[in-house]
Amino acid sequence: MPSPSAHPLRGRTAIVGVGETEYVRGADETPVQLMLRASRAALADAGLSAGDLDGIVPPPGYTSAEEIAANLGVEDLHFAVTVHLGGASPTASLKSAAMAIHSGLATHVLVVVGWNGFSAFRPRPGIKPPRYGLDPASVGNVTMDYYLPYGARTAAQFYSFILMRYKQLYGIRDEEAGEIAVAARAHAQLNEKALMRGRPLDFDEYLASPFVAEPLRKLDCCVETDCAAAVVMTSAERARDLRHTPVLYLGGAEGHPYPADDITNRPDPFRVGLSLAAPRAFAMAGVGPHEMDFLQVYDCFTYTVMVQLEALGLCGRGEAGDWVKGGRTRLGGEMPMNTHGGLLSQGHMWGMNHVVEATRQLRRTAGEAQVKDAEIGLVTGWGDFGDGSIAILGRGA
Amino acid sequence: MSSDAPPRFVPDPDGRNADFYRHLASGRLHVQHCDDCARALHPPRYACSQCGSDSLRFVPSEGRGRVFSWTVTHRPVDPGWAAELPYATVVVEMDEGVRLVGAWRGPRDALALDLPVVAEVEQVSDGFALLWFRPADGGAGEGG
Repeated sequence: MPSPSAHPLRGRTAIVGVGETEYVRGADETPVQLMLRASRAALADAGLSAGDLDGIVPPPGYTSAEEIAANLGVEDLHFAVTVHLGGASPTASLKSAAMAIHSGLATHVLVVVGWNGFSAFRPRPGIKPPRYGLDPASVGNVTMDYYLPYGARTAAQFYSFILMRYKQLYGIRDEEAGEIAVAARAHAQLNEKALMRGRPLDFDEYLASPFVAEPLRKLDCCVETDCAAAVVMTSAERARDLRHTPVLYLGGAEGHPYPADDITNRPDPFRVGLSLAAPRAFAMAGVGPHEMDFLQVYDCFTYTVMVQLEALGLCGRGEAGDWVKGGRTRLGGEMPMNTHGGLLSQGHMWGMNHVVEATRQLRRTAGEAQVKDAEIGLVTGWGDFGDGSIAILGRGA
Repeated sequence: MSSDAPPRFVPDPDGRNADFYRHLASGRLHVQHCDDCARALHPPRYACSQCGSDSLRFVPSEGRGRVFSWTVTHRPVDPGWAAELPYATVVVEMDEGVRLVGAWRGPRDALALDLPVVAEVEQVSDGFALLWFRPADGGAGEGG
């Protein structure tokens, strides 16, 4: 393991509890109720009670730290911030929690996210939709004024503005993007909480999948789900007294592409937030990308996974399609990725399900999906128009 | 579009985006430039991201550029565009250096990186117009 010197945050805080709901298409509960259930599960997993919490980092939308606190019974909240990085928020929020804990401003911090990612687009008769949705993001003005007028109003279309260029420049082949989708589905078969468990996928079915927004087929896109997930963090010292093997926060960073508010006008469209964040996180943790035992990469789309693998430094520009071939990222391969099925096949929980899975891997409680002797791994987040986040996590003593 | 098609979304921009569309709705594309360092800016900004100047103005554009990227939408995500499915939306690198998003008016199979294109303006109201791009004369299928 890395030495305890160097960066002041390295290894000083830990994930001590994780919780998640089911991943479903159409929940009876509101996002707030889902989040409360995941939060209580995370607290129970840690062996803590709500009264122990003094920090809450809620998602950017759907609720507030105050609403979570009132429902859980957190009477003395010391620390509440909201991280606005779209889908990169949960993984970046671990950094906010680590800062608050290490500086002594908070002792036990809950990071929670949940939403109605399926039901928001498919209201059911008789079920009133929640009043609050996703907060307007940094990308609101550009989206509204320059993309929406052209019939481009979904993430698949916005990202395709750079992904089609990526496909054309680097000659990405169907079997390369398809491998990411098929591997995620194979891993989901091992996860009892995966939406796509029981629905295996082969390459022929992937190829038959219709285009949504070229170059993205339907099966290049993650699955919309209603769900929530939460983690509890505390100091590494305190973590040693709790129930589970601590999962140490060794390093983490966020990155914002430039300009962040317009995906089409970046000098280099593949210099994404993670391209900037990853080197800082690896330096903080004192490790490199090839030393990871596993990767949990934010897989909203197969092609955005390729861009992130390159941003992590695992392979060169345009090489990720080739890099994933041959089973390298499957369980048993050299670098298992998204061992829970990911956003593509477990469910779209903004990558907090990736944090939960990384924690299970490092506790070595991942069941059939366990990476043997897992000691260190990473989680990435991706959101808005390519904001990025990363957390490098290690097995504590 | 047929008369019973759902209306297309029309934004209600403020600030510099409103300025951009007021110029476009005059019938000619204008691109914001910095008076001090001559840099072209898009989306329009309140200050030049290169030199910090707030002396910015919209300059008429020749409307010429090359295809930087595109997507082809196959699903009815927008009722106002559903009649056009599948439709291409292009990102064009203008000769000024900025990139603009527009609707594609041309054969989809002609789309290629660096294809020379030219802008066309469809006036919608006094404050809003749509930007279309078509292959430049002799440019279709010649994407280099």
